[in-house]
Amino acid sequence: MTPYRVGVVVNPVAGLGGAVGLKGSDGAAVQAQALRRGAVPRAGARAALAVGELLSRLTASRVDLLAIAGELGADAVRLAQAVPARELELPRSGDGADTRAAVRALVEAGAQVVLFAGGDGTARDVLAVRPVVPVIGVPAGVKIHSAVYAVNPRAAGEVAAAFLTGRAGVRAAEVVDAGEEGSPRLYGELCVAALATRIQQRKVGGTVADPDSVAGIAAEIGALIAGGDLVVLGPGTTTRAVAAALGLDVPVAGVSAVDRGGVVAADVGADELRRLVRGRLAWIVVSPTGVQGFLLGRGNQQISPEVVRDVGPGRLLVVSSEAKLATLGGRPLLVDTGDEQLDYEISGFVRVLTGYGSTAMYRSAT
Amino acid sequence: MNRGDEAAAGRTGSVNGVPAGSPGRIAAKPALRRFHQARWDEKLIFELSSPGERGVLPPLPDAGVREVAGDPVADLPAALRRSTPPGLPEMSQLHVLRHYLRLSQENLGVDLNVDVGQGTCTMKYSPKVHDRLVRSAKLADLHPLQDEETVQGVLEIIYRLEQMLCEISGMDRMSLQPGAGSAAIYANVAMIRAYHESRGEAGQRDEVITTVFSHPSNAACAKTAGYQVVTLYPDADGYPDLDALKAAVGPRTAALLITNPEDTGIFNPRIHEFVRIVHEAGGLCAYDQANANGVLGITRARDAGFDLCHFNLHKTFSTPHACGGPAAGACGVTAELARFLPGPVVDFDGTRYTLTTPQDTIGPMRPFHGVAPNLVRAYSWITSLGAAGLREVAEIAVLNNNYLMKRILEIKGASAPYAPGRRRIEQVRYSWRELTEETGVGSHDIGLRAADFGTHYWTSHHPHIVPEPFTLEPTESYSKADLDEYAAILAEIAREARENPETVRTAPHNSTVHRNREDTLDDPSAWAVTWRAYRRKHVAARDR
Repeated sequence: MTPYRVGVVVNPVAGLGGAVGLKGSDGAAVQAQALRRGAVPRAGARAALAVGELLSRLTASRVDLLAIAGELGADAVRLAQAVPARELELPRSGDGADTRAAVRALVEAGAQVVLFAGGDGTARDVLAVRPVVPVIGVPAGVKIHSAVYAVNPRAAGEVAAAFLTGRAGVRAAEVVDAGEEGSPRLYGELCVAALATRIQQRKVGGTVADPDSVAGIAAEIGALIAGGDLVVLGPGTTTRAVAAALGLDVPVAGVSAVDRGGVVAADVGADELRRLVRGRLAWIVVSPTGVQGFLLGRGNQQISPEVVRDVGPGRLLVVSSEAKLATLGGRPLLVDTGDEQLDYEISGFVRVLTGYGSTAMYRSAT
Repeated sequence: MNRGDEAAAGRTGSVNGVPAGSPGRIAAKPALRRFHQARWDEKLIFELSSPGERGVLPPLPDAGVREVAGDPVADLPAALRRSTPPGLPEMSQLHVLRHYLRLSQENLGVDLNVDVGQGTCTMKYSPKVHDRLVRSAKLADLHPLQDEETVQGVLEIIYRLEQMLCEISGMDRMSLQPGAGSAAIYANVAMIRAYHESRGEAGQRDEVITTVFSHPSNAACAKTAGYQVVTLYPDADGYPDLDALKAAVGPRTAALLITNPEDTGIFNPRIHEFVRIVHEAGGLCAYDQANANGVLGITRARDAGFDLCHFNLHKTFSTPHACGGPAAGACGVTAELARFLPGPVVDFDGTRYTLTTPQDTIGPMRPFHGVAPNLVRAYSWITSLGAAGLREVAEIAVLNNNYLMKRILEIKGASAPYAPGRRRIEQVRYSWRELTEETGVGSHDIGLRAADFGTHYWTSHHPHIVPEPFTLEPTESYSKADLDEYAAILAEIAREARENPETVRTAPHNSTVHRNREDTLDDPSAWAVTWRAYRRKHVAARDR
């Protein structure tokens, strides 16, 4: 029987900052400061828990563990009382390039799934490689906003075992990290192996819409498109999933325009949007950002006040699953377009489309 | 096992998710009950079938009878005759009995545990004495097609039960025909539509308003009936947002479907205002009183201005919960709406009880007269308590709830969001948010760990507006000692979450199944509620 091949990569400095009160572990200076404050590396031990769980669930099968030598993976495998089937030697640079090189090497070596231990910064490095096999995040970092992580280390091993034996599927999950001003930013999506209750999805930042909502929202949006209108789709996993349900592929991080003919323009700026909506009945479809609930003005500045005015504020359609609204913890939706008059017009109550024939009356504020 | 030993557990591996060395061990102190479920590896009853095995061998008719009666099967119309026998399991009586006894042991049933963890379900004790009436041949041997003259007794019970429920709700008429709470809500929505149709406004009024803390059956029934649903979110204090209602109502409003108290256990003191605003917009108001346990004999739907309401007899009125089997619902309306009620209903002319169909009925919700055994149980329960007793039920349920809330809020990491310092009615939606942030252990895990102590809870309805939620509803049935035991169990699990989180995350350890794959519950391709579907979707798929 062909052995299962699992790649293991550890970001050894992930989580260093958290234990000593830092907001992350990105950058050599922060890492050095964390070590000075007495931080103990824990990512390897977290990865070992995942590997141990994986092996305990596949005792009847041969599992070949492919790992990067040393603290980048092999040490964690040994901590789990296992022996790597292959140990890959890579030159070290001491930063995110190590993770990127490691994931590339593991995929080339034939890994069917890659377990990576780290935080949001690590997930961004994995995303940069665009691996062709599913991955599963072992939560070890300080910042875990991304939806690519299992709910705990053992769960990562459980999900990997389920995926290898055909009992778990895959889905797209958001990679989110703090942007320049500290507010979370969506960087893209990774294909992760997933069991519903084992991959975090309800935590703030993990904002994947549930399939029922997406199908229902898509049916409503599809009716607008079928009627001949132009629909401007803001960024995010919800809008992207809605487009996918309609057979349209749009980039997750950009603004796109679609109509009956398909994708009219992808990843467009404000000027191009104004040109596209001119003289047409159009709708702007946006989904609130997961953590703060911004509708406009964060991460979708392409949908400028002028674009909203051209289309008409009454044709701003907010879409969100109820699960995602719940992550706002009762806080209002926010608008900050830079046009105070427009912000005022949008504030009050908005009808959020939450599914087929369903809306939520939700407070919005400036 | 302390945190430093986590890696050690990873090294030595685990069995069925239980860390080696400490398989869910329950600490000696505090002295808590331990529970271990039976495990029988019991197959489905269809898989136990043994060809030729029989449970009953009825005697063949005597020769004389056979000559007179002939072959009774031949008398059936051809279209009603099967060409092949049904594929039923072939088993002896003992094997059938053993099968179901084993299944019952692989369970943590309502009468086995302090079942306060299924908040909103009202898991009160259903006195067994009421079952004696139901098992009596006087009821069990009746047939729904019997002539009315021969079933005056049960019709009288249905009639008198309707009168009692009208008194309890303030409504003018009730139909006891719906088979469950959701069926009663659906009947109410259908009557709302019939009312607007009768006024020529059905096309215009296509929206139903509800709240996110009302039972999700309200939104589901409205949507099933073809309405657009508008959901109101709570204001900062946890009450339904009055301003959101004002923003939502209009000429499209058909109705407001609302619970009070909502799932948070907070009573909405502005309920009159809600009803007034919807009435002014031309809509009707339906009060979801599926669970009326905290307001029984204290407030009434009609007095708050509602046009319709419904009860689940299997909640407040103590008939057994059925889990998909026959429960019983009752929907009540004002005199103006009585002509739309589902029928038949029972009328009384002073001497005789008759089954009549309301003039503009929405039609039957199920065959015949509803779930008569549950109607008899509810009647029996109400009469055993009397009016004063019903009010005492509510008072004890509220007292129990507020006592339990005090005990739960003593647990570090547990909270009751919204309306701080206010008393709750019959239940509380709590949150483990602080404990989860501190330990990473979530509400789902804690509810499962409780099974190792012989009890359990479910988290709560989605969406989880209250993070890491759990909803407790102690009803009037449980004693102070029961509630103390339940609170002590949750306190112990909270301690474990801090000191030994893997034990909680991998729980339950003493149950037949440790963890179920719940994602398949959302996957229609995996559902199998019949043997035939199971074979098609799972057995055949496995063999391919």
